[in-house]
Amino acid sequence: MAEHIIELRNVSKDYEGTEALKGIDLKIHKNEFVTLLGPSGCGKTTTLRIIGGFEQPTTGEVLFEGVNISELPPYKRRVNTVFQRYALFPHMDVYENIAFGLRIKKLDEATIEQKVSRMLSLVNLSGYERRSVTSLSGGQQQRIAIARALVNEPEVLLLDEPLGALDLKLRKEMQIELKNMQQALGITFIYVTHDQEEALTMSDTVVVMSEGEIQQIGSPVDIYNEPENAFVADFIGESNIIDGIMLRDELVIIQGKEFPCVDKGFAKDELVDVVIRPEDIKLVPESEGILTGVVESVIFKGVHYEMLVKCEDYHWMVHSTLMEAEGTRVGLTVLPNDIHIMHKMRTSTASQEVEVGHE
Amino acid sequence: MKRNWALTPYLIWMIIFIVVPLALVVYYGITVNTDSGVAFSLSNFKRFAEPIYLRVLWRSIKLAIISTIICLIIGYPVAMILAGNSFKHKNVMVMLLVVPMWMNFLLRTYAWLTLLEKNGIINSILGKFGLPMLNILYTESAVILGMVYNFLPFMILPIYSVMSKMDYSLIEAAEDLGANSLIVFRRVIFPLSLPGVVSGITMVFMPAVTTFVISRLLGGGQFTLIGNLIEQQFLYVGDWNFGSTMSLIMMVIILISMLFMNKADGPERSGGLW
Repeated sequence: MAEHIIELRNVSKDYEGTEALKGIDLKIHKNEFVTLLGPSGCGKTTTLRIIGGFEQPTTGEVLFEGVNISELPPYKRRVNTVFQRYALFPHMDVYENIAFGLRIKKLDEATIEQKVSRMLSLVNLSGYERRSVTSLSGGQQQRIAIARALVNEPEVLLLDEPLGALDLKLRKEMQIELKNMQQALGITFIYVTHDQEEALTMSDTVVVMSEGEIQQIGSPVDIYNEPENAFVADFIGESNIIDGIMLRDELVIIQGKEFPCVDKGFAKDELVDVVIRPEDIKLVPESEGILTGVVESVIFKGVHYEMLVKCEDYHWMVHSTLMEAEGTRVGLTVLPNDIHIMHKMRTSTASQEVEVGHE
Repeated sequence: MKRNWALTPYLIWMIIFIVVPLALVVYYGITVNTDSGVAFSLSNFKRFAEPIYLRVLWRSIKLAIISTIICLIIGYPVAMILAGNSFKHKNVMVMLLVVPMWMNFLLRTYAWLTLLEKNGIINSILGKFGLPMLNILYTESAVILGMVYNFLPFMILPIYSVMSKMDYSLIEAAEDLGANSLIVFRRVIFPLSLPGVVSGITMVFMPAVTTFVISRLLGGGQFTLIGNLIEQQFLYVGDWNFGSTMSLIMMVIILISMLFMNKADGPERSGGLW
């Protein structure tokens, strides 16, 4: 048996001249929870649809356990999909929706009934068999959609932003439930989302995508702590991204000041992107800071305060549980370990603007 | 309900042009003129039960059903192709379907006379290729042809409307769950298109069963339909009472068939024109 259950080899997709995917290479292990993460239009849904068989790649191939399945129609693939808007059949009740795939396999009624009721109890909706799907709430429809896919015992489950339509509280609950289900059933999940927090919470592996290309593949911790480029740093959580000059190994100049860091191997005087997470900046009395600036705004965010500190022409975003009043002059320090140095992206000139992160 | 007064003009309109005429038809339908004045009588209903009239009624219903079935057989695939994603010039096609309806109904039907005539266009073309003549003018076939030609758009449009609003991800979901295109059609596309089919059937059957122009022009005088009978009673015989009785009977028949169709459509669905 092949080592990877799904493998994409140099997959690209053109839509009438626009490149949605530019040569994706991706290997997915069995029982892995993989999340394709990126802003809208980054190609994550296209990638999922190519794996599901709803789109044909323009070039490249899709392998399933080492076998090329690029030409197979969706109904011959051993993957099932949970669609973004659930796509439940409105003319069938809950039972018939879940039984749809089983009936096609021509299983006998007793087996179907047993499998459907097991699925319903898995998604906590026992007793809903004869309810009309249109009468269910968003969260319930969501669970039925998952049950309808899982009842076919797929090797791989594809999920296209399945929690996008749910409210925050329900979304958090479903995230945990999905993760538990995936671990309990031992099925490979390929999950598409634009929500970085969701990706970090649920995944074994996160694939960050932008403009039809994979930016980084790694564990949530790696992606967060060691972003490979400014895009990833900016997209995963909030970041300060600023120009720096490498003076030598383990020493970088930011805004004219020397900061000790842990990065090596850059050319002398190389222009680099420096990424510092807002929670890694310490506000200290003015005299003790490496940089000094004025607090320009303070927003209460619940757990912490989000402050913008203006140092010369750059606004640093700082997260802290302690508040400094607007207009206070403060000093900024950063521990060497919390400074991330990255080679400049070929295309990035815009990312040196005032970065106030995402959300 | 607030602002009930805004409804008043519509209410007056409806009373004058719908309720009063309907009441008049009922009044005429259940009365007869005698020497001593107007008298209540159901004798016209009895008269309609005579075989000669029942045969006309049966013929009307039969031709309407046949036309409706043919419209469905032709119209359903057309609507499906038009609503399909792959079809690029769908707006032009839908437009072409609708354009003939802008032309006068009488003219459209009359045109078939010249086409179907013994020495008409169709027969001269057939003759050129040495093929047998087509002599269907003034037969049931010509009447059915006229009905199908005139009412086909009423079948296509509601089905097209329902199909083009259909959520494409439902079809993908069915494929994802293992359904090939035949099963997708049978278990998803067709059941979901039923409201359109029901609307289409209703919209073709109703005008077909009451038409008198098509049967008069293309059927010659030989194929009297119920519409022609009613027309005769009012325009030529002057027996408004019998004409009204027949109108009432037709209304009841249409009402029953609509109730039947609504039942077939199921209680929860919507999306059709009715």
